[in-house]
Amino acid sequence: MRVGEIVKVSGTVVFGRGIPDIEVGEVVEVGEEKLIGEVIRVFEEDFAAQVYEPTSGLKVGDPISGTGKKLVAELGPGLLMNIFDGIGRPLEDLIKLSGPFISRGIKAYMLPRNIKWEFKPTVKAGVEVGPGDVVGEVQETPYLVHKIMIPPFMRGVLKEIYEGEFKVDEPIGIIEIDGEDKKLYMYHEWPVKIARPVQEGGRLPLTTPLITGQRVIDVLFPVAKGGAACIPGGFGTGKTVTLHQLAKWSDTDVVVYIGCGERGNEMAEVLTEFPELQDPRSGRPLMERTVLIANTSNMPVSAREASVYIGITIAEYYRDMGYDVSLMADSTSRWAEAIREISGRLGEMPVERGFPAYLPDKIAEFYERAGRVKVLGRPDRIGSVTVVGAVSPPGGDFNEPVTTHTLRFTGVFWALDADLAYSRHFPSIHWLKSYSLYADSIIQGYVEKAVENNPRLREIWPNVLEEYPRYRVEAMNILTNASEVESIAKIIGEKALPDDQRLLLLTNELIKEGLLRQNAFDPVDSYSEPERSVLILKAIIDFHRMAEKLVRENVPIDRIIESPIVSRIKRIKLDDRKFDAVVELLRDIRDNLSSIAEEYRVSITF
Amino acid sequence: MGLPIKLSDLEGKVYRGIREIRGSLVVLDPIPGVVFDEIIRIRAPDGIDRLGRVIEVSRDFVIAQVFGDESGLQHDSIVKFTGSTFEIPVSPDVVGRMFNGRFEPIDGLPKISSRDTRDINGNPINPRAREYPNDFIQTGISAIDGMLSLVRGQKLPIFSESGLPHNRVAAQVARQATILGREESFALVFAAMGLKHDEASYFISQFRESGAIDRSVVILNLADDPAIERLITPRIALTIAEYLAFEQDYHVLTILTDMTNYCEALREISAAREEVPGRGGYPGYMYSDLATIYERAGIVKGKKGSLTQMPILTMPGGDKRHPIPDLTGYITEGQIILSRDLHSRGIYPPINVLPSLSRLMRSGIGPDKTRDDHKELSDQLYDAYSRGVKARDLARIVGEMGLSDRERLFLKFADLFEKRFINQGEYENRTIEETLDIGWEVLSILPPEELTRVRESTIEKYYYKAKAAFEGIEK
Ligand SMILES: Nc1ncnc2c1ncn2[C@@H]1O[C@H](COP(=O)(O)OP(=O)(O)OP(=O)(O)O)[C@@H](O)[C@H]1O
Ligand SMILES: [Mg+2]
Repeated sequence: MRVGEIVKVSGTVVFGRGIPDIEVGEVVEVGEEKLIGEVIRVFEEDFAAQVYEPTSGLKVGDPISGTGKKLVAELGPGLLMNIFDGIGRPLEDLIKLSGPFISRGIKAYMLPRNIKWEFKPTVKAGVEVGPGDVVGEVQETPYLVHKIMIPPFMRGVLKEIYEGEFKVDEPIGIIEIDGEDKKLYMYHEWPVKIARPVQEGGRLPLTTPLITGQRVIDVLFPVAKGGAACIPGGFGTGKTVTLHQLAKWSDTDVVVYIGCGERGNEMAEVLTEFPELQDPRSGRPLMERTVLIANTSNMPVSAREASVYIGITIAEYYRDMGYDVSLMADSTSRWAEAIREISGRLGEMPVERGFPAYLPDKIAEFYERAGRVKVLGRPDRIGSVTVVGAVSPPGGDFNEPVTTHTLRFTGVFWALDADLAYSRHFPSIHWLKSYSLYADSIIQGYVEKAVENNPRLREIWPNVLEEYPRYRVEAMNILTNASEVESIAKIIGEKALPDDQRLLLLTNELIKEGLLRQNAFDPVDSYSEPERSVLILKAIIDFHRMAEKLVRENVPIDRIIESPIVSRIKRIKLDDRKFDAVVELLRDIRDNLSSIAEEYRVSITF
Repeated sequence: MGLPIKLSDLEGKVYRGIREIRGSLVVLDPIPGVVFDEIIRIRAPDGIDRLGRVIEVSRDFVIAQVFGDESGLQHDSIVKFTGSTFEIPVSPDVVGRMFNGRFEPIDGLPKISSRDTRDINGNPINPRAREYPNDFIQTGISAIDGMLSLVRGQKLPIFSESGLPHNRVAAQVARQATILGREESFALVFAAMGLKHDEASYFISQFRESGAIDRSVVILNLADDPAIERLITPRIALTIAEYLAFEQDYHVLTILTDMTNYCEALREISAAREEVPGRGGYPGYMYSDLATIYERAGIVKGKKGSLTQMPILTMPGGDKRHPIPDLTGYITEGQIILSRDLHSRGIYPPINVLPSLSRLMRSGIGPDKTRDDHKELSDQLYDAYSRGVKARDLARIVGEMGLSDRERLFLKFADLFEKRFINQGEYENRTIEETLDIGWEVLSILPPEELTRVRESTIEKYYYKAKAAFEGIEK
């Protein structure tokens, strides 16, 4: 241990002196209480460290010692169902050590040391093993098999491998490296700021949709597995609820949820809800696939940065097992602000709204860790990390550094709109401002999934695979055209518009109400199965096409607006018969509009 | 801790001379053993003692921030280092007492004497130890109970503007949410930052009238008290609130007013330290700083009490995007926004429910808590009201005659909703049943096909009955 002394304390940043070989990134222990910190700058004589705990009580001359280690995450069984603070301490352990309020200087291992895991080897002793090779399995939760892999930096001959129950710090085998015997454990440490390696040239194109059960996302602005999405919005516009929805319903194997600089009660909500909710695919409690990281807004600012890196490292680790992982970070703005605050304390030159010049690099590095890849080691595996980052722009104005830089490095933009939120249209993802760069390559996968889930979809809509993309585009066009009509209606009133334009407004309303609006807290509608979403889209577009014909034949639009089918379409998503209700609706739309046609003696067949 | 203290009362080092005075910051020579964040007392030649706090220590200097009046400070002052952070004594005896912004009694009674002390910065609640709040608090105000329900352990601020009746609304909540007898262990903690004398006496007389004063702790930093002291006043209040909630089993409602004055003090300090200013000159860390105040609300597993916060702030320029309301909204669990437009039309309380929000509402309402129709009803009221307001905006351009029949109906609904549902007496205490029934009454002027945010079964159960009743009233 190399010990120096403190020369200056300025808030969360402490300056030390007397450890000539100290490095940036090295973890230090600060003061008598051995508070945890990380070196962030090394100057000629002094060095600066950010401290992950409150610094009150520190004084000039107090010891500060280098640990020789970087900030690492412990990777092994015991991460799932757990909740950690920003530097990887299990919150449960902190309660045991200091009660319901977090005090300083507490040390705790990231992975539980008391649990025995049933380890089943999948290889025999004597084989040569290298980075990423799977050597055995542990049933971490009933939901997920944890693959035990050779750490990325290790290569050698597996001399012994055991079977049975082990704690993470008990060896499960012996590996000979360069003639030297080393113990092999179920876990290893990884420096969180460094991306875990994958196969060379192993980045794969993004071709599969992440199915979220949120219609506005799945139908209009889908995200690909391995992609990155940005969801900015002013306060109260629905970032957290959307991220919670994704964490609940996405078809991924593992979810890493980071609460970074946000509310304690929101983490408590996840902790109360997730054990109760079932994953729609496996029927298991959602918590069994979830890892939580909570660095709430009142916890030390410097740990916000660490929380984001710990989260992404855990996500990469499960990806390396060959799983699809999604990571939600709420909110990346708080992380960026932590960077700004530390930079300010170091006296660095700000470039944009107080942020340092390296902000875009940090953001890029983070989102670059998303992807779909061929992972290291045998057997061959493909895994993915999808990253969704919330952004909290000051004043709700997207023209600010964190939003604009994040958009450069992400493929999906879900723009939350305050006006929609005020009228309680949720999710308040604005259909004209948002985009998805992945849509063209993944919507086919979405409709295929819908057919696979419920083959009846094909009976009801035989050409669904070919027609769905066109229906989707038609919906987008209606939304765009209606917005122009709306701005005219704002000046002259809706009444003064010609009937075809009023129909456009009607269908616009049906798309908004029937398809896009989705109450996260409604038991029937919280998750919308792909087949249901696809069919609701069909119902609305079919309605529009038929009504268009009627209007062209001079059937007054008011007659159509008054028809009870309109409110049926708006309410369809609340019907607990789900898919079947939409099937029935399709028939009723046709019947209803046919009878209107008859009433006006126009001969059209739909 | 009451003043005047004798310097000799305190343990610690005494030191003479201030190197530099920069507004409320003082620079001292480096003194061995001075710790970051420790509390100092400075006695200037005028004989007055002032509190201060060490905000930076280094080999070359010590910087401290002075809370008291800085005008009489001189280089030739005596500085006493206490060696500890800002702590206050706590005891059940604080209930029913009144203090100034530094926790010195102003009610003529002796200071709180207790060996039991707490650091006013508190420690963060471990998120794992939080109980998710879901106990409905009936405030008797329809706009809040029906549309923005408050639950125990929530932090729900009022965003107002000068000249609007936020004090009356807050006092009404405090009066009605705390009905005697129903909740024995209820306590009110009231903290004023830079409040005018007449405002402070309004609150106190309200607490007296309702009898809440005996269960209150009042902490007053008034408009003519030192501005910098406002940085510690809310922390003292919350330390007491936490003590009462989590150690003495009280359900505590904490009113913090006006947070705008607090933020201005924060800006002043930041400017004195020559920090890079953020938006509006407020420091970049204001979000984190405010969070250390607002996040001290909640319920802790295994504890009987709860800490509910209702901060009040006036939005500079009436602008919700101003950094103070903006950063507050990013931390709190919703916001109640008062509107000048409603106020000028004589609606009390002038709560504009559309931009307002209670994030914890859904957990506190429903079948076993308020009523089975509450969620759907409030959803429908929001929807219809926002359509009505849109129609009203349109009517301003095209005239009422230019509206379609449907738009005209929604406009009529918006007027009725404001007059009957939102509007109520300052001393009118509506039960939640009454509130929800009025909600259905005003909805009943719309045809059932328009109520697409409620299930058909809910319409069957409540709509027709309300329609009949309301038509009776109209006649
Ligand atoms: N999909 C949804 N369905 C129903 N209600 C929603 C939905 N999304 C958001 N809301 C409502 O909006 C409120 C605010 O949403 P949320 O907490 O997600 O906002 P936020 O953008 O995360 O705000 P902040 O930046 O302050 O954290 C929720 O409490 C809920 O009432
Ligand atoms: Mg949020």
